[in-house]
Amino acid sequence: MKYLDEFRDSAKARILVTEIEALVATMDVPHGRPLHIMEVCGGHTHSIFRFGIEGMLPKQIELVHGPGCPVCVLPMGRVDDGVNIAERPEVIFATFGDAMRVPGSRKSLIQAKADGADVRMVYSPLDALAIARKNPAREVVFFGLGFETTMPSTALTILQAESEQVANFSVFCNHITIVPTIKAILDSPDLELDGFLGPGHVSMVIGTAPYEFIANFYRKPMVVAGFEPLDILQSIWMVLKQIKEGRTDVENQYARVVPDKGNAAALSAVSRVYELRQFFEWRGLGSIDHSGVKLRDEYKQFDAERKFSIPNIKIADPKSCQCGEVLKGMIKPWQCKVFGSACTPEMPLGALMVSSEGACAAYYQYGGIKQHVAAE
Amino acid sequence: MCLGIPGRIVRIDDAATMLATVDISGVRRQVNIACIVDEEHPVSSCVGDWVLVHVGFAMSRIDEAEAVETLRILTELGEARAELEAIHLSAAHLGGHPA
Repeated sequence: MKYLDEFRDSAKARILVTEIEALVATMDVPHGRPLHIMEVCGGHTHSIFRFGIEGMLPKQIELVHGPGCPVCVLPMGRVDDGVNIAERPEVIFATFGDAMRVPGSRKSLIQAKADGADVRMVYSPLDALAIARKNPAREVVFFGLGFETTMPSTALTILQAESEQVANFSVFCNHITIVPTIKAILDSPDLELDGFLGPGHVSMVIGTAPYEFIANFYRKPMVVAGFEPLDILQSIWMVLKQIKEGRTDVENQYARVVPDKGNAAALSAVSRVYELRQFFEWRGLGSIDHSGVKLRDEYKQFDAERKFSIPNIKIADPKSCQCGEVLKGMIKPWQCKVFGSACTPEMPLGALMVSSEGACAAYYQYGGIKQHVAAE
Repeated sequence: MCLGIPGRIVRIDDAATMLATVDISGVRRQVNIACIVDEEHPVSSCVGDWVLVHVGFAMSRIDEAEAVETLRILTELGEARAELEAIHLSAAHLGGHPA
């Protein structure tokens, strides 16, 4: 397909790997550990495993898989709230497929569906709005999930519902924002990071300016990266070049999709519909200030949290689950006590095993565990 | 949901609600194009655009010139590497240092 195949060319990938090897050979790597480059975004994690990129890199480079999988960081309490809404007899609960199997403390949405709740998988919030138009006697609730990539689509759907006066449509908003989370990671004392691959599709919306603090204040290189193998390899090479040359800049490898200034129409819809929450709870990471958004008062008739009373109880992550340590890059997925035993993609215990963008599911699916065993 | 997929706009369905049909690998689907239109690029000029589609919304026009530029840098990198290897190989053939 156009703009995909060109960025999967294996001859060019080999050249980039050679360049990376040559560059690393001339660098002073930190004493006693490899260079740590974090890919913030779950989409990158997925591509890295799908294309076996870790196996191509020299041993002096280690990729740390960041928290950028919105389904994975959804805390149990919020899943419970969603299940609670979905179980109301008048409700049709519309959700992206990714969120169906995320475990709650009682059940997941797919279990709720099996128990009789009307849970429907949709591709787009616009599909949820269409269900609302077709079913005026029912309440249709869309499970709003994702970072800035999907935040505008939910906002524009709410604006569309407002202009059509669709009264039986609302959003259970769990949209989250990446920048405070990157900051929380950078402030984490037990983390040693040497550079970042920036989230390509979040950046397509917010632009590259919001990351300046990473380069200027935290003095870490940041390269906004595309999702194809050549994009990721080239971005790693660009991070290494910054380290080698002693620079810390925000660079944009993914200029074919990411304008430096972001997307004005999308940002305008976002600021019209949402405001920042004081804090939002993340699975594995705890509460992070200003890391989530909610609907503004002007749109309260579309806010499922205000339309239905929800328990909103904080539920602790399962004790045996080490998703938090994996998310922060402190342990590898296969080092978790329950990886592949009590926690598998079929029966996930932790959220990182649920979505294909979660580090554990990616390791499990693409044979990371085999690679590891072979390496031992 | 975060990766998106490229497609090409084949028809404007409703300019008022900014809905258009996009061909995604032979599958046609209606998407919202509000995020890729502005004064310089009105709805009427969108047919034929390559866009990145996320959850039913065209979120970015894929910039062909930038795509070509990224590929050019990669090609140049390869040519430079090939040149260096050729120099190295010749040196070996001429009895310089071993390859």
